[in-house]
Amino acid sequence: MKRILGILVLFIVVYVTTAILAERAGADFLSGYTQQNLLRRIAPIGILGIGVAFVIITGGIDLSLGSMVCLIGVGVAWLLSDVGWPISVTLCLAFAVSAGIGLFHGTLITRLNLPPFVVTLCGLLMYRGITRGFTQDQPAGFGTEFSGLKVLTKGEIPIPGVSPDTFQLPVPFALMLVVAILAAIFLNKTIYGRHLMALGNNEEAARLSGVNTKALVILAYVICSVLAGFAGLLHVLDVNTEQPATAGNFFELFAIAAAVLGGCSLRGGTGTIAGVVIGTALIQLLRQMITIVFPRQQSMEYLMIGAVLLIGVIADELVRRAVAKRRAAKAA
Amino acid sequence: MGKQFPGVRALHEVDLRLNRGEILALLGENGAGKSTLMKILAGVQPPDSGQILFEGDSIRIDSVQDAMERGIALIHQELNLATNLSVGANIFLGREPRKRGFIDERIIAERSRHFLRLVGLDMDPREIVGNLTIGRQQMVEIAKALSIDARVLIMDEPTSSLSQKETENLFKVIKDLRERGVSIIYISHRLGEVKELADRVTVLRDGENAGDLDREEIDHDRMVSLMVGRDLSQFYPHEPHTPGEVALEVVKLRSPAHPKHAVSFSLRSGEIVGMAGLVGAGRTELIETIFGVTKSMGGEVNVGGSQAEIRSPRDAIRAGLALAPEDRKEQGLVLEMAVRENLSLASLKRDQRKGFLNLKKEDEISEEMIGKMRIKTPTDRQVVRYLSGGNQQKVVLGKWLAMKPRVLLLDEPTRGIDVGAKQEIYALMEELAREGVAILFVSSEMEEILGMSDRTLVMHEGRITGELERAELSEEAVMKLATGGGESPAGAAA
Repeated sequence: MKRILGILVLFIVVYVTTAILAERAGADFLSGYTQQNLLRRIAPIGILGIGVAFVIITGGIDLSLGSMVCLIGVGVAWLLSDVGWPISVTLCLAFAVSAGIGLFHGTLITRLNLPPFVVTLCGLLMYRGITRGFTQDQPAGFGTEFSGLKVLTKGEIPIPGVSPDTFQLPVPFALMLVVAILAAIFLNKTIYGRHLMALGNNEEAARLSGVNTKALVILAYVICSVLAGFAGLLHVLDVNTEQPATAGNFFELFAIAAAVLGGCSLRGGTGTIAGVVIGTALIQLLRQMITIVFPRQQSMEYLMIGAVLLIGVIADELVRRAVAKRRAAKAA
Repeated sequence: MGKQFPGVRALHEVDLRLNRGEILALLGENGAGKSTLMKILAGVQPPDSGQILFEGDSIRIDSVQDAMERGIALIHQELNLATNLSVGANIFLGREPRKRGFIDERIIAERSRHFLRLVGLDMDPREIVGNLTIGRQQMVEIAKALSIDARVLIMDEPTSSLSQKETENLFKVIKDLRERGVSIIYISHRLGEVKELADRVTVLRDGENAGDLDREEIDHDRMVSLMVGRDLSQFYPHEPHTPGEVALEVVKLRSPAHPKHAVSFSLRSGEIVGMAGLVGAGRTELIETIFGVTKSMGGEVNVGGSQAEIRSPRDAIRAGLALAPEDRKEQGLVLEMAVRENLSLASLKRDQRKGFLNLKKEDEISEEMIGKMRIKTPTDRQVVRYLSGGNQQKVVLGKWLAMKPRVLLLDEPTRGIDVGAKQEIYALMEELAREGVAILFVSSEMEEILGMSDRTLVMHEGRITGELERAELSEEAVMKLATGGGESPAGAAA
């Protein structure tokens, strides 16, 4: 709790500010409809962020997430609509490819000792290239069919006691919550989560204590890629049609930013799932705020997100130093 | 009287006097404050209080540059050379002579040659440092110090990785420098060297002055009693053990560091065996090969009478081995995690409940080990980074004791921890041996080897050159084997 307090406070401050600014500008923010959309948009980046948090905890990074979103999201749409594969086969293939890519990354990183940055940078280029190849750069989408699959993104779950006309829980957000809860249980309650944290802090010490460090690092990349594939599917289902050249662009950076805002150190060994979810929510909230406050200057988006991230990490570092100093003074 | 350094800092007001043209040996156990004192003199760390008098004037040394301008140079134990650059480039690093803004290689070569000759090296200054032996690299460091016109040269354990011959050569150079009026502070654990070299000895203990010895007063026992501060027999709780079955048998094991030498020895339960040798003799490499940290190049390891296939630390742990590695912070602990999490790290897997953490068991382990090891920590959730070195080492040991190992491998178990914690670790080793654990400990501290081992294996350049029973154990016997001088009649290994 202590570790996510900072980001939680920041989120609440930005939320209240947005509400006040929206009120003044006469824009719609607090309505159930807008809130629902906000939650819906948090889901794909949140799932990516949770996935990449596993990798970041091992001290690694995954830059290929945006291209994974493109490959799996656009790929599934293409297979279903343009090639005409059955849904079950397509989804199985999507899962296998996602997991396979994670296995590929993890193996190169642990067995050949290649830097994660380089391996996943190559992935970033390759997976988008592959997608643009098999789609011949033509957009792919779901059209008006596949209403069953679309429940994953368009569906809404009524909340007892709340009128369905005012607010319902979007299904993608609910899915993200399920993923988050499973991830948090894995990280905090299983020996594998503990081993992962230990190896992220000190891989050699973990190995000498009998931890199978290589297998765990590979597992982290597999989890990350599988979740990226899932996020890709949700994203393309949500927007319905995507361009292979642009689908998922910058998603990896939003996801990494969310993880870092949520308290994951890029040095590895720290991070909480709750923090990552709040970090994602903060980023999507900021984007929403910009459309309300600067309706004619959407280009401010990147500037704002970058600035908030920078302020966040600077504040975090300063707090960390102050705590260390106080501890040192106490010890002396 | 040349220089004087009285009253320095949080090392509880240490005084040190160095005369011009003398060799002062600075002694003390690990953690006695030698390195801190030297770092202050060399400008690496600022003092909290006290002053430094240099040729009669009170001076301030705020940076390495300050120290260098005064002619004070520190040669670290781990040499500070850029191994990818040439000898000349290293000597003039940061002070490169320039011609029209560009580095003047010709002048560098010329002047380097001069300084290299002063230390007895007749070599091409364009040679890359990484290609030189450690002994020669040491000489390059000294040449570098001379090139700044050093008048005070501080050497921190300069012989720890040198061969006998290189050591002799170094001594010649040091004595030569003394003749030129250079003052030398010589830090060493090798009391034999100190006896040969030093004009005077200053001993530190627990950050305080323990005493000084003049040339004629220097002898082994006096130095030791000043360093340890009490009689040796009281310090080491050694009692003879009755060894049981063979617990660990190493047969013709070859480590990747010394693939040509096959090493064999055995260890009985309830026995404490010391492993002595110079730094670089291959002791750590051997232990790490036994434990599966590095791949073995051949040979067998038998634990409790049956062959153990050890390909990783996991295999070793399964076979009943435990290793407290040499580098506590890099290899032994997860510094940012809590005491309890470190204590349970090795046993999580054994105590798991279908993959989930067994927090009750973790509670038990941390409570038991904090009590048994007397780990001083406010709570078991304290982050290990904030514990003292001695308590950190106890956490490492506690982690392994929770596994109830058959064989405990300890690599420099008391390095860098204070005297009190040392004694506790020795007492613990005794207790474990009585309980039947077979203990093999690597140590570079002669006193520890002499004080703690039932039996001592000595290594030299990747081989076990001899095995000494407690009755035959002496500093001379160990040093002779450690420097490759003569095989022991026991002739442990091929």
